[in-house]
Amino acid sequence: MTEPVLSVRNLQVEFASRRGTLRAIDSVSFDIAKGEVLGVVGESGAGKSVTGLAVIGLIDSPGRISGGEIRLSGLRIDNLPPEEMRRVRGKRIGMIFQDPLTSLNPLYKIGDQLIETIRTHLNLSETAARRRAIDLLAEVGIPAPEKRIDGYPHEFSGGMRQRVVIALAICAEPELIIADEPTTALDVSVQAQIISLIKRLGRDHGTAVMLVTHDMGVIAETSDRVAVMYAGRVAEIGPVQDVVRNPLHPYAKGLMGAIPTLAGDDKRLVQIPGSMPRLSAIPRGCSFNPRCAFAFDRCRVERPEPLPRGAQSVACHLYDSVPAESAA
Amino acid sequence: MLAFTLRRAIQAIGVMIAVGIISFSMFRFAGDPVNQMVGMDTSSAERAAIRKSLGLDDPVIVQFGRYIGNAAQFKFGVSYQFRLPVSNLLMERMPATLELAICATIFAMLCGILMGVYSALRRDSWLTHAFQAISLIGISLPTFLIGILMIYLFSVTLGWLPSFGRGDVVHIGWWTTGLLTLSGLKALIMPSITLGLFQMTLIMRLVRTEMLEVMRTDYIRFARARGLTTRAIHYGHALRNTLIPVITVAGLQFGSVIAFAIITETVFQWPGMGLLFVQAVQNVDIPIMAAYLMMVSLIFVTINLVVDILYTIVDPRLRSTISRAH
Repeated sequence: MTEPVLSVRNLQVEFASRRGTLRAIDSVSFDIAKGEVLGVVGESGAGKSVTGLAVIGLIDSPGRISGGEIRLSGLRIDNLPPEEMRRVRGKRIGMIFQDPLTSLNPLYKIGDQLIETIRTHLNLSETAARRRAIDLLAEVGIPAPEKRIDGYPHEFSGGMRQRVVIALAICAEPELIIADEPTTALDVSVQAQIISLIKRLGRDHGTAVMLVTHDMGVIAETSDRVAVMYAGRVAEIGPVQDVVRNPLHPYAKGLMGAIPTLAGDDKRLVQIPGSMPRLSAIPRGCSFNPRCAFAFDRCRVERPEPLPRGAQSVACHLYDSVPAESAA
Repeated sequence: MLAFTLRRAIQAIGVMIAVGIISFSMFRFAGDPVNQMVGMDTSSAERAAIRKSLGLDDPVIVQFGRYIGNAAQFKFGVSYQFRLPVSNLLMERMPATLELAICATIFAMLCGILMGVYSALRRDSWLTHAFQAISLIGISLPTFLIGILMIYLFSVTLGWLPSFGRGDVVHIGWWTTGLLTLSGLKALIMPSITLGLFQMTLIMRLVRTEMLEVMRTDYIRFARARGLTTRAIHYGHALRNTLIPVITVAGLQFGSVIAFAIITETVFQWPGMGLLFVQAVQNVDIPIMAAYLMMVSLIFVTINLVVDILYTIVDPRLRSTISRAH
């Protein structure tokens, strides 16, 4: 098996606060292979975005990576000196943020922002960088790029701006793209375009993509594999068809049950009772146990570790020492 | 763009006419000007003759029209105390005030921006805390006290700098400058710092707050995610966005620097318009007071106009909204 582009092992992120240290991410592990799209899904505050920021090394004080390791094509990057990590950002890892309206500096032409980024990472002349910038804009589907390159961000629509942001993220041909809710701020019709663009770029360049979102529809459409996060941990991870059709973890079951279908059946959508615990009050044992319909004594005492289950992996005591048939 | 400038210019003229009304009414509320010009033993016939020759028996509206007409040509009448045209007196004093105000503003901008940027980027350094302390002093201590303290330290105790006046000046046409002689430059140092200290602390605090604000924005986070160098992020992206509000404030403050120069000029006996004004107040020299009011307003209004235009140059968003609106 070839080495994964991104390999995260037992990642742990903590935030120092006045009331003690809060653990936002706790022993999160996953891999993303070349050309693969990993969807990361979960409620707000589950730690999806923080995981993305940890990978690209942008966790701001008072937060810090307090354990585990992150490898990019074998190179350990979680403990790189700041200057070397800066060179990795933008060159080997590209990132796309949620809101394209605020991701671009309003005072600079988009061409200048592209050229600046290209020349930071690639040894190109001003004219060569400009030519590359035009090519990139064409690639992300901006019409008349040689004209639009001299436009300011406010002259672009939301969807077009997100395309510019994507062009900026891929301008040095990164091995990995982290897309943090790239479609949340966009119209539904534009969402589909942006999703297929990200998918196409991943396929054409063999780029690994980590797609953070809370939209299961987006995940189902785009991802090869999906990781379901809950309270800073990975509850379940596996191939997208398996997790969507046959979720194992009770939380993942609840999530999938909450997806409306077009079939038009009048069944009420399943709702998971309660809400995710605050970081300062994560329950003992399995963090999902107070909301779980299947919780038993062990869940309230012992934290479940990830267990392989076919192609999937699930962190739930229900699957420990229970034969596969009865669990499914 | 042209229409925008034109509209702003018309607004400025409106403001100036309003100021004209106020400055004109000073003459009418400060007693009968004839009484102030003539002696006790002047007969009422002579008084009436003077009143007629000065046009003081015309209807108010005619007098006002004449006043504005003259003011537009920089004719502000004759000073009671100096018996000289007020415009000549002001022109003679203006270079001193403008030079002082410009030096003070340059000092304030330069130090204010540098200190502000530094204290935003190094929030916990001891130098930042020192800057904060200085800014507290600058904001809370009154100007005259700082001036007097500096005179005591640098003129009286150390004897490094002159305690009053402009030093030697060079005449260039009608303009006089102290920038070309050593004694002129030395004389500028303390008044400029005294006058600029308040603005400096203001700008420093503004830059610091704005910069911290900008550093939290998404586009700075995205710039970091793109792997730009810290230098490019701080000085290319953050600082330029920070400077937009700073330009406005510094520009508008330039007007108050000129107005506040009254105190600094008094402390350092700086031969500028402010000192002239203070002397005029002491001697109830209304033509000078009225003219000074008009001059300072004109400077304020002009700066406002320039700041508005500068704004559109720095911020591309404004440029296109303006051209779209017309």
